[in-house]
Amino acid sequence: MTLNIEDLHQIANIEKDRIEGFQHRINVCVAAGCLSCGSNILKESLEKEVSRRGIDNWCKVRGVGCLGLCKAGPLIAMETSGTYYQGVTVADVTDILDSLGGSPVSRLVCPSDAPFFRRQSRLVSENCGRIDPERIEEYIAEGGYEGLYLALTEMTRQEVIEQVTTSGLRGRGGAGFPTGLKWRTVSKTTDVVKFVICNADEGDPGAFMDRSVLESDPHRVIEGMAVAGYATGASQGFIYVRAEYPLAVKRLRLALSQAERLGLLGNNIFNTTFSFNVKVRLGAGAFVCGEETALIASIEGRMGRPRPKPPFPAEYGLWEHPTLINNVETFATIPLIIRKGGAWLAGIGTEKSKGTKVFALAGRIVNTGLIEIPMGTSLRDIVFDIGGGIPDGKRFKAVQTGGPSGGCIPEQFLDMPVDYESLVQVGSIMGSGGMIVMDESSCMVDVARFFMEFCMSESCGKCVPCRVGTRQIHDLLCKITANQATPADLAMLEDLCDLMKNTSLCGLGQSAPNPVLTTLNYFRDEYLSHIHDKCCLAGACKPLKEVP
Amino acid sequence: MSNQQPKKLRTDLNPSRLLTFKINDQDVSAREDESILAIARQNDITIPTLCHLDGLSERGACRICIVEIKGSVKLLPACVTLPRQDMEVITHSERVICYRKKILELIFTERNHVCSVCVSNGHCELQNLAVELGVSHVRYNYLYPRHGVDASHSRFSVDHNRCVLCLRCVRVCDEIEGAHTWDLMGRGITSRVITDLNQPWGTSETCTGCGKCVQVCPTGALSEKGKSVAEMIKRRQFLPYLQMMRGRHEEPWQK
Amino acid sequence: MAKIGLATTWLDGCSGCHMSLLDIDELLIDLAGKVDLLFSPLVDRKTFPDHADVTLVEGAVSSENDVKNILTIRERSGILVSFGDCAITANVPAMRNRFPVDDVLRRGYLETADSFQSEPTAIPSKNVEASFSGIPHLCRMARPIHEFVPVDIVLPGCPPPPAAILYLVSELLAGRIPDMKNRTRFGA
Repeated sequence: MTLNIEDLHQIANIEKDRIEGFQHRINVCVAAGCLSCGSNILKESLEKEVSRRGIDNWCKVRGVGCLGLCKAGPLIAMETSGTYYQGVTVADVTDILDSLGGSPVSRLVCPSDAPFFRRQSRLVSENCGRIDPERIEEYIAEGGYEGLYLALTEMTRQEVIEQVTTSGLRGRGGAGFPTGLKWRTVSKTTDVVKFVICNADEGDPGAFMDRSVLESDPHRVIEGMAVAGYATGASQGFIYVRAEYPLAVKRLRLALSQAERLGLLGNNIFNTTFSFNVKVRLGAGAFVCGEETALIASIEGRMGRPRPKPPFPAEYGLWEHPTLINNVETFATIPLIIRKGGAWLAGIGTEKSKGTKVFALAGRIVNTGLIEIPMGTSLRDIVFDIGGGIPDGKRFKAVQTGGPSGGCIPEQFLDMPVDYESLVQVGSIMGSGGMIVMDESSCMVDVARFFMEFCMSESCGKCVPCRVGTRQIHDLLCKITANQATPADLAMLEDLCDLMKNTSLCGLGQSAPNPVLTTLNYFRDEYLSHIHDKCCLAGACKPLKEVP
Repeated sequence: MSNQQPKKLRTDLNPSRLLTFKINDQDVSAREDESILAIARQNDITIPTLCHLDGLSERGACRICIVEIKGSVKLLPACVTLPRQDMEVITHSERVICYRKKILELIFTERNHVCSVCVSNGHCELQNLAVELGVSHVRYNYLYPRHGVDASHSRFSVDHNRCVLCLRCVRVCDEIEGAHTWDLMGRGITSRVITDLNQPWGTSETCTGCGKCVQVCPTGALSEKGKSVAEMIKRRQFLPYLQMMRGRHEEPWQK
Repeated sequence: MAKIGLATTWLDGCSGCHMSLLDIDELLIDLAGKVDLLFSPLVDRKTFPDHADVTLVEGAVSSENDVKNILTIRERSGILVSFGDCAITANVPAMRNRFPVDDVLRRGYLETADSFQSEPTAIPSKNVEASFSGIPHLCRMARPIHEFVPVDIVLPGCPPPPAAILYLVSELLAGRIPDMKNRTRFGA
């Protein structure tokens, strides 16, 4: 079956009519965060109660993707009135249904005009919390797959790439490589077989942006991949998603079969010569498989270990063919660029970092959850305005960005705009978008130790500096937090960090010292106090651990 | 899309070219698919190596052969880095030597290398590297991990305490012998070479007993049984010969 | 040339390095004229002198007594030489590091003892170490000297060759810090 634009519009209209036929629509968040606090049970009992009351012809209970404020889950949104309810339990079902058409249940109301919601600009996550991720029709009703249609029928491959280049979009996986340039490179290779890979091996501790996008709006990623396939000349795509995201995998597979059923994937999409298929590949829980060459090895069925670059995957990738690898969020931005034009996205953000970025707020912050903000928003706005500040009246100490490859940014840089360059300047990186906030009760040496422990257990073991270096650094950090270290140990710590940074094979090893280096830079007094005064300034480390 | 001919990337898109560049201020010429290490050796410039072995695929993993390249902040392994026209390579700057030493010291801390009781004492590449790089003591803390010895094979034994994870055994078994008995399990600091599905070597059904792994092992990790301290001398002459006879390397001057 | 005050001592080692020192044979006589041997397992003195210009330390730091001794030695020595592989890498003594101290003692002193006459039941089931009263408490691991105190010169080898030892001492006598490169190696 092949669709044309009329079919697409018809699907959209039918779906819109269907949805709008319901006077009241109750959107229950069924993304991982809310699910874990029982939103599926809540949804069931809402549905039961609705049908028991016999109001199911004008009231619809829908499962939708992430509403963002994960800490207040389970969240539900009353679409007609625009009211958000937080921390809803099964016991609240009657009250909520009683209030339909009347005034909202005040004890549950989550102020939706709070900065958390007001300050965001949701582009990539525009459909999150608004559509049922398990129904392709709802995605189409929101303009989904129109971008793919436009690209295939009205644009040449070059024009698509030009739009992406104009948009200034940079890789959302962390390094910030210009997406247009990458696409152009792959499109220039002459091999007839090329691949598109979506990197959904999100592994940073505290990061769940990709997970949320995949769980809330999987079709957006698939559409982005198909556009990329068209632009680069690839006809096969792979989504490499970690097996720890079973819900994302389930929804992706469902989305793929729906898209195939409608002919949005497969042969001769929209009656053009373009054919594109997507397969899901599961990662078995190795952080290093987020590194592109290790990821490729894993898809090929080999051990997930990086190889030296060059040659880069764009030239020599999956099964030795040119391969485009982008992150989930990058692909999810593509449909918008095609629909609204590259210049539109370029109008958002800062000079060198365009568009918006999704961040996962975690740690000691009031509003734990998912946010999407324009590039260039200051850290202070993110932490104190959108994030609601630090709970329990504690003092802000640092924010960790970029996961184990990133760094800890102290208070003095709070007014810094969040973009790729600024973050690098202070020793951190944008990373995939995890933000872990720490207050005065966190010991920064212990934070560094935590990240180094992570890198140590996730190091693939191929190159010596990373394999042995992570272990040596971890041992030293343990020694410091246990108040057993000497000034010579501190010198050795810095020496090892420098060694790893300069001689490791892949990005994991080269950036693994970043949390240590930034904390050494900004919180050296905490290291010194552990070493000289044998005490933890934050009062977090208890010197009980025996050091080997 | 359809008007593109199937092409083999490296050969057609980038037809093999000759170029000139500099190693330690010495002008050298190279084919663009020859590694910096290969060119250095052709010009009698010694770059220390550990995981590299002529005749096996490159891994770029041990980082001992790192060199400095003018204009590049990172140090790059000579074994897997291709030269570019007018590149300036420095093989023995103070910085490079310093890093090589540290990497070697890390290798020494990783397992339990007790030279004085080792079958390869005096014939060991790790030991030789220590002499070559002037490593007379190790500044980092020794990890003293607990590793075992597998002497279940009738003619050979493996002592994991002496393994440096260069994976020459894995590569020679797979690429030359074609048996793929050896492989790697675990990751990071817990990585370990294994035979078949992590079973005693003596019970391996794929091992042909050819002993190539033993001969290519740079240390005393793999040895022939019946050898005492310092008696295990490795014979690697077979490898370039086998490679040449199989025509894997197109030209003899690549050796 | 002024005589230098030389001390030699061993911690957890096999005395092989000292044997190698004696192996410089007739040159020992020359050497005797140039150094004052203040303290050594080879001489009678029981306590470490207040100051030695040069101290050669053989062996790894293995017991609490060793830790105490090496700290004193460092304090009272001008130039401290890690003498041999055990001092530098902990070498053979470190082979016990992979096992708990109790297991090591049980294996070394009970299970493999030729003259162990008692009934097998006499082997204490727990806390073997407690039954060895009077000997210094073993540390969990044997470690190189330089992990405890700064070391000025390292002289690898198991044992270091006599020529290397002679070179080291002659250079020190000449007032130079010797460069031991290419004269010896681990396991030599």
